Amino acid sequence: MTKKILIADDEQNIVISLEFLMKREGFSVCVANDGQEALDKARSEQPDLVLLDVMMPRKNGYEVCQEIRADAALQGMRILMLTAKGRETEVTKGLAIGADAYMTKPFSTKELVAKVKALLDVAA
Amino acid sequence: MIKATLTGQRLVAVFLLGCVLVNYPVLSVFNPEGAWGGIPVLYLYVFGVWAAVIALMAWIIER
Amino acid sequence: MTGSVIVAASFLYLAFLFAVAYFGDKRADAGRSLIASPTIYALSLAVYCTTWTYYGSVGRAASSGLGFAPIFLGPTLVVGLWWFVMLKMVRIGKTHRITSIADFIASRYGKSQLLGGLVTVIAVLGVIPYIALQLKAVSTSFSILTHYPAIVMPAKSETVPWLADTTLYIALMMAAFTILFGTRHLDATERHEGMVAAVAFESLVKLVIFVAVGLFVTFGLFDGFGDIFSRVAEDPSLRHLMSMGAGGNSFGNWFALTLLSMLAVMFLPRQFQVAVVENVNENHLRRAIWLFPLYLLLINIFVLPIALGGLIHFAGQGVDADTFVLTLPMASGHGWLALLVFIGGLSAATGMIIVETIALSTMVCNDLVMPVLLRYRWLALQGREDLSGLLLGIRRCAIVLILLLGYLYFRLAGEAHALVSIGLISFAAVAQFAPAMIGGMYWRGGTRPGALAGLSCGFAVWLYTLLLPSFAKSGWLPIEFLQGGVLGTELLRPYELFGLKGLDPIAHSLFWSLLANIGAYLCVSLMRRPNAREAGQATLFVDVFKQSRPAGDAFWRGSARIGDLLPLIGRFMGPERARAAFADYARSRGVASVEALPADAGLVHFAETTLAGAIGSASARVMVASVVQEEPLGLDEVMNILDEASQVRAYSKRLELKSRELEAATGELRSANERLKELDRLKDDFMSSVTHELRTPLTSIRAFSEMLLDDPRIDLAERKRFLGIIVSETERLTRLVNQVLDMAKIESGHADWHNGEVSLIEVVEQAVASTSQLFKDKDVALTMDLPESVPIMLADRDRLVQVVLNLLSNAVKFVARGEGQVAIRLCQTEEGLRVDVRDNGPGLTQQEQIVVFEKFRQGGNTMTDKPQGTGLGLPISRQIVEHYGGRLWVESVAGEGACFSFLLPCGKSTESLEEAG
Repeated sequence: MTKKILIADDEQNIVISLEFLMKREGFSVCVANDGQEALDKARSEQPDLVLLDVMMPRKNGYEVCQEIRADAALQGMRILMLTAKGRETEVTKGLAIGADAYMTKPFSTKELVAKVKALLDVAA
Repeated sequence: MIKATLTGQRLVAVFLLGCVLVNYPVLSVFNPEGAWGGIPVLYLYVFGVWAAVIALMAWIIER
Repeated sequence: MTGSVIVAASFLYLAFLFAVAYFGDKRADAGRSLIASPTIYALSLAVYCTTWTYYGSVGRAASSGLGFAPIFLGPTLVVGLWWFVMLKMVRIGKTHRITSIADFIASRYGKSQLLGGLVTVIAVLGVIPYIALQLKAVSTSFSILTHYPAIVMPAKSETVPWLADTTLYIALMMAAFTILFGTRHLDATERHEGMVAAVAFESLVKLVIFVAVGLFVTFGLFDGFGDIFSRVAEDPSLRHLMSMGAGGNSFGNWFALTLLSMLAVMFLPRQFQVAVVENVNENHLRRAIWLFPLYLLLINIFVLPIALGGLIHFAGQGVDADTFVLTLPMASGHGWLALLVFIGGLSAATGMIIVETIALSTMVCNDLVMPVLLRYRWLALQGREDLSGLLLGIRRCAIVLILLLGYLYFRLAGEAHALVSIGLISFAAVAQFAPAMIGGMYWRGGTRPGALAGLSCGFAVWLYTLLLPSFAKSGWLPIEFLQGGVLGTELLRPYELFGLKGLDPIAHSLFWSLLANIGAYLCVSLMRRPNAREAGQATLFVDVFKQSRPAGDAFWRGSARIGDLLPLIGRFMGPERARAAFADYARSRGVASVEALPADAGLVHFAETTLAGAIGSASARVMVASVVQEEPLGLDEVMNILDEASQVRAYSKRLELKSRELEAATGELRSANERLKELDRLKDDFMSSVTHELRTPLTSIRAFSEMLLDDPRIDLAERKRFLGIIVSETERLTRLVNQVLDMAKIESGHADWHNGEVSLIEVVEQAVASTSQLFKDKDVALTMDLPESVPIMLADRDRLVQVVLNLLSNAVKFVARGEGQVAIRLCQTEEGLRVDVRDNGPGLTQQEQIVVFEKFRQGGNTMTDKPQGTGLGLPISRQIVEHYGGRLWVESVAGEGACFSFLLPCGKSTESLEEAG
């Protein structure tokens, strides 16, 4: 069964690259352009993993992450946070509120794919 | 120890004011014939200033 | 009324007064001072009111109307200066254990025995008439009262044999009482607490009785104030009393008497005694400043009613106005009230005589007799172990002598003058102390010869213009003396010296004597620098309030032995008291026993001040110097000490200043630090934003590049699309870097401004041309509204184009594709040139209108196509506009489009530039 991945980012070009990357690895993909949309899609699409950008309009990544974790219906959903703000405090904060992993932009596509697979327990 | 020099300066001002009020020429202004309620104007003025000066000093020191 | 009843009543009253004093002393010994109250202090100051006030004021008022008032107005006014002057006198007195006014002056001018002696002579000679006045008042009132109910004026005492004269016995009785009150024991500081308590009580008695008589006359004999005054107004022979000018009461004399009484209330020996020597607490001065004048006012309210009432009542009966207080109750048959009045008068006289003679006897002993004894009979004194008995003996003799002298003056000259005239002679004498005293407290330059010259000249003039004439008037000098002075020339007439006419004798004498006094004091003082001793004492007196002044022992160097000092002090104070004083001193120094005290300058200074309390500063100095080896200090050394002291003072002032500056600097630093922190935070945010903005395009570029690199199977169309994205993200990166740099340059003021003549019309046209493709691409309509011409301005054309470009591209970015409308308008207003860029896009909320000008805040929320801005366009535009003194703002209602405007001022200079162009 193909795993479903939700890509939440407000940068169109990054969404395009992630979408391409994930589809190539055989995942099914859905997209959200802001925090609120990401939350809605997470509930409606029930993805296995969310690639979550931090700096987004309407709701930022932390808020989305917290709400997903607080929602009993969304148990088991993996969250990989992506951010252009690579400071130590932000990494810690993301992990503290329940993200499973954290990557800073710009990321290595290989590493990203490896991390996504590791989180989803899919053999590389 | 008396510290407040401001009080002292106010008292000096009262001293100067009093000196002006009970000497020539101000005093001559209050030196007409006539009485006020039966009491000569000059008497009334001098004792009035006298009492006022004391009241002013008491007020400055005790307030 | 028989004499025996009066004498019995008098003794009863005096015995009671003595009991008060005895009780006061006992309480003082027990450490529970009776006089530790500002009210008692103020009442003791009322020793100023003697029989002169009690009987004499009425006499003066009967002849000159208000003429009695200046004597009390002067003190009422001058207390306003006491906050500074009297406080300083009291502080100096305490610090240096001053025992009398002579001691004060002698100590100030280098502990000069000669000066102390001169002051004593002036004080004794000057005050003796005043004491005579008291004797005269008591004896007159006594003799009148004995004839009750008849009113008989007393016979001239010259006709009575000396030994049958009651006045002599009154004088002797007063002497006995004074000895009892004042010289029962020799006190270290010459305080007499019991005496002060008695004087305060006595002041109360005379006030109450005088007011009682006043009430009796005003409301008993007459029908209130108005009744008396209107009766006087109807009497043509009395009416003149109601205005100035009566009885020589001119404005000039009025002023002179006011000034005279101002000086007298501070420098009369008895006033100095109660105000300075007997002061137990400086804070008492506060309340006394208004309480004492209040006393004076109260005791004077009924003077005029009594005087005028007496004039009406005794019209044509030859009753002396000085006796009205007594004779009015007698005439109306109130014998007991008359007896009370006599007791009140006796009370006033007793209070004055006791305090005055104690003060004078202290001076005579310390500043006249002791120095002489020390000089000529030193050897004889050396043999005696305890000298305190000798000191008491001298003082007791002095008291008797002074009262006998007073009696002598009364016999010689007292009959010729009214009470007040006698008192004024004394006032004029003590006024001579004013220059040396006040100069000494506030001027460092006064020297011993200056003070000597001033006092001598002033005293000589007083002697010639007041005292000798008073003898001449009484017939003890040829009366021609008044007409022609000593040499028989008119120029030297005692009452019209050098032809000065128009003043009464007192004002005349006051003017000449003070002129001579002040003149000599200043001139002689200015002839040379103060010597070492004078300079040292001057500093101690003038700077008595300054904390860092040199201590009294700074001016002494030498060696001493405790074994010499202790017995020396013991000989004058009694061995036990001396030992107790030294033990106290040892404790204060933290030394276990008297013997262990270090024999240093401090000890010698202590010994000298202690001794000064008993025998005066000048004598104490001589005595102490006789048992210690002193190395004399040269003027240079004293000056060094003074310099050091003033340097220390200057240093401490500078330190204070520095510490205040430091505090201020710390405050500034703190706020600067806050600002820096804020700036640091802003910079952090900025850097964080910049990194974010840089990483975002980098992310896309890296991702696509890696994918292209990793995966050769991507088809061509995808490749082209990916490469296109990479290129556009690279452009975005470049733009961002440029704008960040631009922003940084403008903000730091390092931007290059290529100013030239610019027409805003051209600027707008150029910007519109550059963005026309953008508008075409998005199918947005652009309308332009430009005036014919606008003033040329001096500015950087490219920068202004950048601003307009930014506003246009923002507008086009936010309007809807196809139906968007943007309008640009340029117009000239009073403030300058204004450009509006209006769009029909989504508009901005109130909140957004503010943040839109912050860096990296991009407008728009949920757009699927994120604006291709950097978030720096508007901040940079605003910086540019503000650089030219203009402003950039936005007006918008959410949902109804926005209008970004900027306004650039164009001054007159630019207009003229246009004309020139």
